[in-house]
Amino acid sequence: MELFLVFLSAVLVNNFVLVRFLGICPFMGVSKQVETSLGMGLATTFVMVVASTVSWLIQHFILEPFGLPYLQYVAFILVIASMVQLVEMFLHKTSPTLYRSMGIFLPLITTNCAILGMALILVMRAFTFSQSLIFGIGAGVGFTLALVLLAGIREELEFADVPAPLRGAGIAFIIAGLLSLAFSGFSGLVS
Amino acid sequence: MSSTLVAIFSMGFLGAVFAGGLVLASQKFAVDVDPTVDALERVLPGINCGACGFAGCRSFAEGLAEKKAPPNGCPIGGNDVTTKIGGILGMDTGSANNRKVAQVLCKGGHTEASIRAEYNGPMDCRVANLTQGGDKGCTSGCLGLGTCVESCFFEAMAMNDNGLPLIDEDMCTACGKCVAVCPRDIIVLAGEEYGVHIRCRSEALGKEVRKVCTVGCIACRKCEKECPVDAITVVNNVAAIDYDKCIVCRKCVSVCPVNTIEAQDGKPIVKQKKVG
Repeated sequence: MELFLVFLSAVLVNNFVLVRFLGICPFMGVSKQVETSLGMGLATTFVMVVASTVSWLIQHFILEPFGLPYLQYVAFILVIASMVQLVEMFLHKTSPTLYRSMGIFLPLITTNCAILGMALILVMRAFTFSQSLIFGIGAGVGFTLALVLLAGIREELEFADVPAPLRGAGIAFIIAGLLSLAFSGFSGLVS
Repeated sequence: MSSTLVAIFSMGFLGAVFAGGLVLASQKFAVDVDPTVDALERVLPGINCGACGFAGCRSFAEGLAEKKAPPNGCPIGGNDVTTKIGGILGMDTGSANNRKVAQVLCKGGHTEASIRAEYNGPMDCRVANLTQGGDKGCTSGCLGLGTCVESCFFEAMAMNDNGLPLIDEDMCTACGKCVAVCPRDIIVLAGEEYGVHIRCRSEALGKEVRKVCTVGCIACRKCEKECPVDAITVVNNVAAIDYDKCIVCRKCVSVCPVNTIEAQDGKPIVKQKKVG
């Protein structure tokens, strides 16, 4: 039950994009098509899941025993960067179309603050290993959910009569703000 | 000291583990890249201007390898690059000259065109065009504020004393930036070998054109009748030339009563009166 609450909290209540405002760059950049945003979400989820477990292991078996907590950022970025490289190679091999449609945003997952933020939060909250894993999955699912939601709305907007000054980024930012407002409604769900 | 060593070794160890993992992964997920794409990319200019319609030189090279892009698709590289691409792909690109240059289709400078208002806004044609159509009497002519000159990446354009842009045909790469930036759509890309240009795009009636410009097309149709290959047609009160049909006989130039049609006689105009 506690694990489920950790999951729900990461997906809805403390959604990384819409409530914590982390990872806004791919949120705006790769949310024009549902398919691409889903691919981006899955790639980020994979990196998040691996990063959450590996960061936990590094934190508890290397950084804390050797008294190196000040190397937290370096170590976590190392993990994230390696995982992103792996995902990039994998995607280039298996789905060149998705690889091309994600473009520069794929290597930029490395600098996605949602992932580093997740690794730092799970250390701060003193999660256990299984909690960290669930937290990573939840964070990834929440990120994917936010991306796909915005992409779905933006796809519909293609046919809408948007006032000229708001076309493109303007209306996307307004929609993102409304989504964020909607997600604040979840705040009482898990304390 | 020892903590520094511990830090170095632990981070070095982590780095080595991840690097080893990535080496293994890169072998497992190695993607075979078509060697012709690399070869094609090397002969391209490599400035990623996008004038070919692809995202950059790399994607143009990929398009070439997949036969989706024409070998003469790179306007910057010109004939040189086309020949090299043909060599790599084993295609005969021929010796046809397909180099294009930009042409300004307006002759109404300060001395020819009348001014109907005083424009004091930002010196940008796009702004002037949105501000009640600028200061010129003619609403189709060149606004003369030099936005195309500023847009030119290759310093092939300059404004002359008469307030019209001049194009140095040797420097022009037909990248199309000036064509896109001109709010009046009076810049076109034409093959280098075509020396006859109808330099007016005004769709107003001949009478109205005469009021605002001494060199504007009045749609008298003399050129249309004179042309032996039917390359000139008058549509919407303005003569237009079909460069594909034109044989550069220059007969239309002499019959034009208002001197709208201009022949370059094989000599780029910029060569005669270079500015700046």
